[in-house]
Amino acid sequence: MSYDPVIAQAEIIRTHTMAVLVDNEAGVLARVIGLFSGRGYNIESLTVAEVDAQEHTSRITIVTSGTAQVIEQIKAQLDRLVPVHRVVDLTVETEPLERELALIKVKGAGDKRMEALRIADSFRARVVDTTLNSFVFELTGSPSKINAYIELMRPLGLIDVSRTGVAAISRGPEAL
Amino acid sequence: MNGEKMTGAEIVLKALQDQGVEVIFGYPGGAVLPIYDEIFRQENRIKHVLVRHEQGAAHAAEGYARSTGKPGVVLVTSGPGATNAVTGMTDALMDSIPMVVLTGQVPTKLIGSDAFQEADTVGITRSCTKHNYLVKDVNNLARVLHEAFYVATKGRPGPVLVDIPKDVQFALGTYTGPANVAHRSYKPRVKGDLERIKEAADLIGAAKKPLFYTGGGVINSGPVASQLLREFVRATGFPITSTLMGLGAYPADDPQWLGMLGMHGAWEANHAMHDCDVMICVGARFDDRVTGRLDAFAPNSKKIHIDIDPSSINKNVRVDIPIIGDVAHVLEDLIRVWKSRAARPDKPALAKWWEQIAAWRARNCFAYNNSKELIKPQHAIERLYALTKDRDVYITTEVGQHQMWAAQFYRFQAPNRWMTSGGLGTMGYGLPAALGVQIAHPDALVIDIAGEASVQMTMQEMSTAVQYDLPIKIFILNNEYMGMVRQWQELLHGGRYSHSYSESLPDFVKLAEAYGAVGIRATKPDELDDAIKEMISVKRPVLFDCRVDKTENCFPMIPSGEAHNNMILADLGAQTVSAAGKALV
Repeated sequence: MSYDPVIAQAEIIRTHTMAVLVDNEAGVLARVIGLFSGRGYNIESLTVAEVDAQEHTSRITIVTSGTAQVIEQIKAQLDRLVPVHRVVDLTVETEPLERELALIKVKGAGDKRMEALRIADSFRARVVDTTLNSFVFELTGSPSKINAYIELMRPLGLIDVSRTGVAAISRGPEAL
Repeated sequence: MNGEKMTGAEIVLKALQDQGVEVIFGYPGGAVLPIYDEIFRQENRIKHVLVRHEQGAAHAAEGYARSTGKPGVVLVTSGPGATNAVTGMTDALMDSIPMVVLTGQVPTKLIGSDAFQEADTVGITRSCTKHNYLVKDVNNLARVLHEAFYVATKGRPGPVLVDIPKDVQFALGTYTGPANVAHRSYKPRVKGDLERIKEAADLIGAAKKPLFYTGGGVINSGPVASQLLREFVRATGFPITSTLMGLGAYPADDPQWLGMLGMHGAWEANHAMHDCDVMICVGARFDDRVTGRLDAFAPNSKKIHIDIDPSSINKNVRVDIPIIGDVAHVLEDLIRVWKSRAARPDKPALAKWWEQIAAWRARNCFAYNNSKELIKPQHAIERLYALTKDRDVYITTEVGQHQMWAAQFYRFQAPNRWMTSGGLGTMGYGLPAALGVQIAHPDALVIDIAGEASVQMTMQEMSTAVQYDLPIKIFILNNEYMGMVRQWQELLHGGRYSHSYSESLPDFVKLAEAYGAVGIRATKPDELDDAIKEMISVKRPVLFDCRVDKTENCFPMIPSGEAHNNMILADLGAQTVSAAGKALV
C-alpha cells in the first residue's frame, strides 16, 4: 500500500482534554461513563465536582484519546446527552492549563527519609502528615510532574498514592 | 389549574391529558395500581389498551407514533414490567420514534433493598432511552412529565422513561401545566446554517451525476418535509433513493424514484449511489446496511448531509457539507436559495446520467421465476399490493426476508404508511405495531406482512386485537424457516441449516379461531387473490397463513463487506463471501 498522508493523519491517536458542563442531577455521571463504555471510547482520567451551587451545575473534565474522527464523535455524543449544557474540547482551542493533586505516602528512615524531603522541597510538595518513619506529601501540578515525583519516590519507600485526576481550564480571558 | 394540589396518580393523568394524549398502551401491576385506579376513575377520557405483554405495549406505541407523528405512551409496572418493555424502547431509540414510557417503581424507602418486583429501571434503561427520570418528589412529577414529552418529540425523537415510585403516586403535590417547558440544557437546533445551505445549493448546481439519498428523518420531520422533498426533487430532475425507514416520503410510482438502496436494495439505486458525484443525504444516517463496504462507498462523490442530530455527521462516513437542522426547515431554505441562484446542472450531463440509470433499471433486478404450483413470496406481496393499493392502507412488518420483500414489492406513495423495525431489527414488532396503527386509524386497512417465525414472538397480542375489535390483518409469508437466517446459512455457512427450521408450527387457522379471530389459508397461486379479497372484506382480526416457496431467497443482495457495485442477483447464483465479510453481521 502506498503512503497516503491524509489517511495517516486521520489514523493518528491523540490525547484530548474535554470540559463538560452538566446539570448536577442523579445519574449524570453514569450517563457520561456509560456513553464511553457503550461506544468503546477511552477514559484516561475523569474528574467531577459541582462548580455552581445555585445553578446546580457540575463540571466534568475528561481526558480521552482517539483519532480525529473519534474525538469529534465523542464531543457530539456528549453534547446530545440531555443534561449536558456545553462540551468544549480544551485541547483544540489552546493548550489548556491542567492540574492534578496527589497525596503520596513514603515510608523509610535515615538517608532515604532526608532525600525524600529534599526532593519534596524542589517539587514544592508539602508535608501534610508525618510520623517517625513516614511522610504524606501533597503535590499539585501537571500529570507529568506528578508522574516524575512518584518515580523519584519509588526507591525512597513509596507505599501509597492517591491522585485526583486532571482538572483543566483554558488560558486567556474566555470562559467555558 | 396551576398550583392545584392532587395526588401523584392524578398528576400523571392530568399531565397526559394536557399533553393531548388519547391512548395509553399498558399492563397493570403492583407498583402502578394508584395510576390504574385513576384511569378507572377518569372514565375513558384517555383510552387504555391492555396488551398481553409489555413488549407489545411498546411496539404498539411505536406503531401509533409512526403512523400519526404523535408520541406513543406506555404504562407498565416495576421490575418485569419495565424489563419487558426494554426491547421496545431500544427499538424506538434506534429508529428515532417519539415515545413516553411510564414505569411504576417500588416505594422510595424500599429502593435499593431488592424489594419484590424491584429493578434498577433507570439504570437498565439509561442506554436504551433518549433520556430517563426517577421522580422521588411528587412536586417534581408534573414538570418531569411535561419535560419527558418535550425531550421525546424535540430534536431527533426517541423514547423517554419516567420511573415513578408507588409512594409518589399516592403523595399530594402541586400540579403545573405544560406551558413554558423551557428545558435548561436541551435545545436542539432546527434551522440550518444558511452559509452551508448556500454551499450545498452551489454543489447541487454543479452536479453531473447527482442522487438524493433520503431516510426516516424526512418522515420524522412531518408531512411538510415530504412535500418539500417532492418539490425539490422534481425541480432538480435528479434521481432519488431512500433507506428502508424513509419509504413513502417520495412516491414509489414517480419516474425519478429508483427504489430502496442498501443490502437488499435495487440494482439501479445501489449503482447510482456508487457512481454519483454529488450525494444529497436528507435525514439518513449512513447505516452499515446502506453503505456496505465503507472504503468503497460512493468513492467519487461530494456529500451533503442534512441531519438534526450532530452526532450523525461524520460518524460512519465523512461528508463535505454537513447541515444540522430539521429536514423541513433546511429544505425550505435550500429550495429558496436554489431558486434564487442561476447555477443549474448541465442538461446533457444529467441526460447521460439518466441514460446510465435506465440501463441499470433494464437489469430488472427484482425479477423472480414465478410458479403455477407454489406461491412465490414476491408474488404474494405483488398481489397484496395490487388488491389493496386503492384503499387507506398501512403496512407493518416483522423482521427478515418478508420484510425486505415487502420493502421491495409494496409500493409506498405517502409517508407514515410504513412501520418496520429498521435499526434494531426486532422480530415480533409488526403485530403489536399494527394494533397501535389500527387504534390511531380505526377505519384504515392495517396489514402486518409477517413471517411465521417472527410473528410467534408476539402472537399473544391477537388476544388484544380481539378484545378491542381491531381488525388487523396478519399476512404471514409462511415458508417454515427463519428465512433470512436460512438464506445466510445457505450463502455463508455451506447450507448447514442450524436451528433455522420452524419446527412444530401451530395451525395458524385454528390458532386464529382459538383467539376468536379469523383464519385464512392459501397454498396455491390460484387461491391467492380470492383469499386476499376475503381477508380484506372480513371486519375482524385475521391470521392469513400464506404458504409460500420454502427455499426462495431475497435478492438483490450486497454481501457483508462488499461494495454497492458488487451485488448478487437471483440469476447470478450464489457468490463466495470473503472471510472478512463473514465476520460481519
